Amino acid sequence: MSVTVRIPTILRTYTGGQAEVSAEGATLSEVISDLEKNHTGIAARVLDDQGRLRRFVNVYVNDDDVRFEQGLETATPDGAGVSIIPAVAGG
Amino acid sequence: MAVQTVASTTDSAIANAVDLGPAAALSCRECGHRVPLGPVFACEECFGPLEIAYDFSAHDTEELRKRIEAGPANIWRYAPLLPVPADVATKPNLNPGWTKLVQADNLARELGVTGGLYIKDDSGNPTHSFKDRVVAQALEAARAFGFTTLSCSSTGNLAGAVGAAAARAGFRSCVFIPHDLEQGKVVMAAVYGGELVGIEGNYDDVNRFCSELIGDPAGEGWGFVNVNLRPYYAEGSKTLAYEICEQLGWRLPDQLVIPIASGSQLTKIDKGLRELIGLGLVEDKPYRIFGAQAEGCSPVSTAYKAGHDVVRPQKPDTIAKSLAIGNPADGPYVLDIARRTGGAVEDVTDGQIVDAIKLLARTEGIFAETAGGVTVGVTKKLLESGALDPSLTTVVLNTGDGLKTLDAVAGTGLSATIRPSLESFREAGLV
Repeated sequence: MSVTVRIPTILRTYTGGQAEVSAEGATLSEVISDLEKNHTGIAARVLDDQGRLRRFVNVYVNDDDVRFEQGLETATPDGAGVSIIPAVAGG
Repeated sequence: MAVQTVASTTDSAIANAVDLGPAAALSCRECGHRVPLGPVFACEECFGPLEIAYDFSAHDTEELRKRIEAGPANIWRYAPLLPVPADVATKPNLNPGWTKLVQADNLARELGVTGGLYIKDDSGNPTHSFKDRVVAQALEAARAFGFTTLSCSSTGNLAGAVGAAAARAGFRSCVFIPHDLEQGKVVMAAVYGGELVGIEGNYDDVNRFCSELIGDPAGEGWGFVNVNLRPYYAEGSKTLAYEICEQLGWRLPDQLVIPIASGSQLTKIDKGLRELIGLGLVEDKPYRIFGAQAEGCSPVSTAYKAGHDVVRPQKPDTIAKSLAIGNPADGPYVLDIARRTGGAVEDVTDGQIVDAIKLLARTEGIFAETAGGVTVGVTKKLLESGALDPSLTTVVLNTGDGLKTLDAVAGTGLSATIRPSLESFREAGLV
């Protein structure tokens, strides 16, 4: 499964400044593992020491917040868009 | 109690390119990582929220008190404690704040409060909500960082505050709101002449859109007051704490009831109170902070009652649209503060919100928007449950004007329709 991942500004040091990158994986967990292979260090920014999504990271698969879905096990269909967004905005 | 936000000695190594008064650096609330002042909001290490670290070391308590008391009747009287340049009062801004702290004796009698009940009525701000306070801060940051367009994601009140501040200061504005907001708020946001864009979705969808726009060339050069300027913006809510204490004669209230949308306001009021204690401007004594939500959007209240320290997002469904944030950014910190201070987080139904709006209007002549109905309703509920102590000094926030949410009390109207005659008046049974 190939998906497009939108990278927030604060993680673009890991992607050579690219705002969007491709990644492979049938679930969000697999997509993050694949991102780490090609952009070393990025997974530790998104996941905590226990391998869970960090408290202040929101991830969307297409338009769905994965916290309303299956979290890291949320399916990432071929062609899906994955967005990683800092959660501290708004209010 | 120490002021936790005083800059550390390592800040001498942080070179700031802008002058924002006592603001020394940005510090991550989660991991403590520090970066220079700039238009950034999330920690590059852990995504945690960045907030302002100050250097208050130059202040003498009595001189500071005199300087504040001699200052203008707006938030800039507290400029020495805010991320703004010393000459901020000379710049074009809406100059909000110094709103009334109403001693609500009639409401107190009705609710059985004996220790003093006060309404901090922020409907008296230039665009009739507390948002003018935070936007005024963000505007000064936008000016310092060279932005010429102001933007935001808004549940309505913020859109109006940004539009008005941009108009006053000569900025362009382009703000984003859910497409189905109350008509009063749409008109109040549009009238200032900036761009107003409705997004098909709820507030959390709007917020997500803005967070993505900020990383796109389309949003380059824009100051999003509650995204990339959020560390500065949020500090505006500290002024509520400063004013409440000064208006009480430089005393801390015992209990505060504060609405929760993102939770930013509540966390910054707590920060402001701790700063006043640390600076010696008020006595160091305990205070309790209570958070108020609508049942139809109660992610923080639900987490509080379940004993959780993580907030699970909800899909909002409530008439209190200014509080309808299902994924509150500062929710975990609200839980920490409520528990640390011995407070609580509670919620009320839409029916209780309407009843509370009418109760406040009937007893004190204050017409609150739905968020004010939430705080008054929660105050009543917490008094009934015994969580709030009626013998203590209690301050309840009203953060907006009821004219913005007329639909909520649409059933309220004429007592009678009569012919223009005394006979008809008597027949109506009104005398």
